[in-house]
Amino acid sequence: MPELQLKQLYDGFRDPRTVAELASQIKQLAAKLDEPVNVMEVCGGHTHTIMKYGLLQLLPDNIEFIHGPGCPVCIMPKERIDQAAALAQIPDVILVTLGDMIRVPGSEGSLAQFRAKGCDIRPIYMPLDALKIAQENPDKTVVYFAIGFETSTPMTAVLLEQAEKLGIPNLLFHINHVLVPPAIDAVMADPDTRVNAFIGPSHVSVITGSQIYQPTVDNYHTPVVVSGFEPVDVMQSILSIVKQKVEGRCALENQYERAVSYKGNEAAQQKVNHFFTVRPSFRWRGLGPIPNSALMLKPEYRHRDAELKYGERLPVKEIDDHKACQCGDILRGKAKPQDCKVFGRGCTPQTPLGSCMVSSEGACNAYYRYAGVK
Amino acid sequence: MCLSIPSQVVELHPEIQSVTVDTLGVKRTVSCHLMEEPLAVGDYVLIHIGFVMNKIDAASAAESLALYKEIVDKMEAADA
Ligand code: SF4
Repeated sequence: MPELQLKQLYDGFRDPRTVAELASQIKQLAAKLDEPVNVMEVCGGHTHTIMKYGLLQLLPDNIEFIHGPGCPVCIMPKERIDQAAALAQIPDVILVTLGDMIRVPGSEGSLAQFRAKGCDIRPIYMPLDALKIAQENPDKTVVYFAIGFETSTPMTAVLLEQAEKLGIPNLLFHINHVLVPPAIDAVMADPDTRVNAFIGPSHVSVITGSQIYQPTVDNYHTPVVVSGFEPVDVMQSILSIVKQKVEGRCALENQYERAVSYKGNEAAQQKVNHFFTVRPSFRWRGLGPIPNSALMLKPEYRHRDAELKYGERLPVKEIDDHKACQCGDILRGKAKPQDCKVFGRGCTPQTPLGSCMVSSEGACNAYYRYAGVK
Repeated sequence: MCLSIPSQVVELHPEIQSVTVDTLGVKRTVSCHLMEEPLAVGDYVLIHIGFVMNKIDAASAAESLALYKEIVDKMEAADA
């Protein structure tokens, strides 16, 4: 086998001719479908690929994408951001968090706005940076506002493991790690749901294995294809789904065999299981409370839990979205971004009203950037 | 925050459980705390928020690419 170059790994899975050929195969097959295929792409990363590469336009009318709840920034309810803001206002606390989270509006403003008012809030690119900040500021308490799905939880576990091992007492955690399968169940529990197929995010399965979707296939008789994030990956996954539908089958398939196995990264799973346990309920933005859909620290690690330590200072009032915002319907597959009255008018990436517009992987943001505003 | 893109290992730092990777020209040091199997220079890996999540199986990637090439060649032959 010729040696593979990094460039080939990129270009090969973005090749426009391959995309075009897969599109034509999908079209031919889709002509045989009895009913439309409504594919939920659970993860915002796939939404981004679909919009960026114009895949929507390449597909026949009887295949529709429904943008799912799999963007950790989009699903964070306002009260959790309010809690982060409350933590940041405690003297001697440094709040650190990843990426886009800092721009998501809470009920009193975003973390960026609190930072402008003088709170010590630091965006970081990798969780281990929090360790350094804690080491450099021994007289302060550093709180890591941890977000993300199964993909990101092991990284928080390693951060915690290192803090314990190195004996760094001043690093605490506010845990907002959420789980994909219960969110899928919440979407499917709606009797009006139109979703009848899924593409699963490959990076979640790199950690968990493709196995986590077997119950989805069995319980809802829907095909699930674990898919990579390049346009060729997504098109190949759609082709597999259409094939299954035409043949009247539903199965779990793994398109991203180059990195995903059935069992996943077991070392990472062990670390997660060591530090975390399931939280009885977590409220999702747009979807409401979902039982067993998130994680929290195990009792042995409660000395690291900022939610416990500062419990009485944290607001618990549940805050709903801006009245005009339809993120909830969008996350359930009942509306498209353009259906929202303020899309592109009152709500833009510069002035986001809802978190689907803030995150670069949110459905509203992707539509705004790539589809243009009509 | 969630796009995972392939990178290539260019340097090993076993003493700090990390490696330097190249993501199409951008070099950075990332943690290997989530990897049980050892990494070698030249390996393709997936990175997420500063960690190697997993190796990419180069043979399986090459196989997919060969399959796509076949598809495209067939299409072009049919068009000609
Ligand atoms: S356009 Fe803005 S307000 Fe409307 S649904 Fe999207 S994020 Fe919410």
